[in-house]
Amino acid sequence: MKFTWFNLMPWPYLPDDFREKHRSVWVDIPNTLYDPRKGHHVYHTYLDQLEYAETLGFDGIGCNEHHQNGYGLMPSPNLIAATLARRTSRAALCVIGNSIAGYNPPIRVAEEFAMLDVISGGRLIAGFPVGTPMDTNFCYGQIPALTRDKYREAHDMIMKAWASTEPFAFDGKYNQLRWVNCWPKPIQQPHPPIYIPGGGSIETWDFCLDHDYNYSYLSFFGYLRGKSLLDGYWERVAKRGKDESPYRAAFAQIICVADTDAEAERLYAEHVLYFFNRCLHVFPPFADPAGYRTMATIKHGALAQLTLARQKILENLTWKQLVDERFIIAGSPETVRQQLEECIKGLRIGHLFCLFHNGNMPDWKTRHSSKLFAEQVMPHLRDLWPEWKHDERWWMHPMDDRLRPEERRPGAEKSAGEWVR
Amino acid sequence: MKWQLVDTRKGTRCRVLEGGSGAPLVFLHGAGGLFRDNPFLDQLAQRYHVFAPEWPGYGESTGEELLEDMLDFALHGWDLVDALGLRQPHLVGHSMGGMIAAEMACLAPREVGKLALVAPAGLWMDEHPIPDIFALLPYQLAEVLFHDPAAGQALLTGGADLSDMDALKEFYLGTQRRLTMAGKILFPIPNRRLSKRLYRLTAETLLVWGAADRLIVPAYAERWRALIPGARVEMVEAAAHMLPYEQPEALVRALAGFLGQG
Repeated sequence: MKFTWFNLMPWPYLPDDFREKHRSVWVDIPNTLYDPRKGHHVYHTYLDQLEYAETLGFDGIGCNEHHQNGYGLMPSPNLIAATLARRTSRAALCVIGNSIAGYNPPIRVAEEFAMLDVISGGRLIAGFPVGTPMDTNFCYGQIPALTRDKYREAHDMIMKAWASTEPFAFDGKYNQLRWVNCWPKPIQQPHPPIYIPGGGSIETWDFCLDHDYNYSYLSFFGYLRGKSLLDGYWERVAKRGKDESPYRAAFAQIICVADTDAEAERLYAEHVLYFFNRCLHVFPPFADPAGYRTMATIKHGALAQLTLARQKILENLTWKQLVDERFIIAGSPETVRQQLEECIKGLRIGHLFCLFHNGNMPDWKTRHSSKLFAEQVMPHLRDLWPEWKHDERWWMHPMDDRLRPEERRPGAEKSAGEWVR
Repeated sequence: MKWQLVDTRKGTRCRVLEGGSGAPLVFLHGAGGLFRDNPFLDQLAQRYHVFAPEWPGYGESTGEELLEDMLDFALHGWDLVDALGLRQPHLVGHSMGGMIAAEMACLAPREVGKLALVAPAGLWMDEHPIPDIFALLPYQLAEVLFHDPAAGQALLTGGADLSDMDALKEFYLGTQRRLTMAGKILFPIPNRRLSKRLYRLTAETLLVWGAADRLIVPAYAERWRALIPGARVEMVEAAAHMLPYEQPEALVRALAGFLGQG
């Protein structure tokens, strides 16, 4: 198992009456609720946590891209990853990822991801989400019906840019570039591992399998609800005749660890409820513009029900319900261990994106939960897939002789001397 | 009036509501499509030879994947005129259909009889931002579109009982399909730079507007008039954006006065 410590970076100062006063945490949230001076401290707290996660032994540290929202403060995950690249040296940098349909031209993503891979010594995991409709359509103006087509074209340009050793012309429908010549190029060859975060579009499964990319199901509704979707994915894997390596799939899970189950509720309940009640408070039309999902996916039905159910569920959530229905995995190390094993085996996933920071959780609680997990849970779950122990197809392949810039401070005695030969 | 199927050379297959006799008149519907009943078309068919195509992605018309941008849409309009064997038809367009009709007329000004635009989309004024129809809750749609939202809601659902799950699903799927198509020229802002091309219009042009239009407010009528030399504006009282359905007699009166018998 690979464990990635993920921070969504929510804004922790949403008012208590946010849900009543405002229709959406996303797209048209009043930006007067943002305070840049507090934001300075918030960013550094979150970045420190990601760096701390590396010292705890997590395999990866993760960030993602969202716009105009109080749910996550990372319009540019590449900026976040860039700071981490200089301050860490062991963990994979999981940028899950850049919503490539919104980049003009998409070669920008090929360049920035290559920069991150080079600076980090080959530690980049490159995610290519279509992006939520809130981000890609309403904030970044992409036409819903054409978003997936544009996404595929952007993907093709980026992958060809990384693969090609000569300049080439790209005559796309949405992007025309006479000279594509990616410089720098990534360390990891032929390219960094590619992760495709999916909400539940059935086209995404085939896209992942066509290219042997990791399929990451990012949901906040837990493994019991995620199971039918992942089951569908694994059926598709079997039908396509692909091997069943659990590393083909990743799942995101909110996790809260304390000394006892009761202590977990006492420490974390208010922050988790802040997340569900405020950070997921999205005006429903922003989440479902006509054309974003294909008619095939809509007719497939699972997601439509989920969308409707989701709105209802969020209205009166309690900690007990969140725990009992496994939206979150919370409790003593033993409880978390048991439930997480069920989650991992049930979904057949090799990668877990662990969400320890939730809503307005203060730093000390976030670290407490993460540390207990790293020390008392993670070691017991490492070897759940012994038959796939050596499957590294969906993990980073860094340089052995990479630098450790976090250990080298300005004025340090060791200088670079001559250029490396 | 009767439905017929028409194949275009591009490969779309469109269902066209046809009726009446006289000068040919092509009516292009708005983003919501034709309704189950369209009394203003029946009334127009008493004076003209009316053709009301359903756009690909609407009703039983197919081939929506072949149309992606404004030029595709406008050329599809002309492909339909060709497939129907019409010469210099009057073009009447409502809302999105008005945007398409105007674009068609800019491309081929001498192929148009007269041009009548009913609350057309296609222009944008920063001082009058058009509500985002792609970000509305179902019940909000009628409030934005109709002078009388309660009556409008019944028209939008075509009388279907939405407490029935199957009816609700069908309504949802139809709406998604229609707006998927409309979004290609209306999302995120319904402006595909038509204003740069309107100088090309040579056909006589009439603008008809609901005085209570809350979607594309009447200030836009003035903007259109300023951009189209010689255009006339007729305001219709007690009508909002869906004036063809709210005030069919007034619309037909205005159109007949403008188009004459010719």
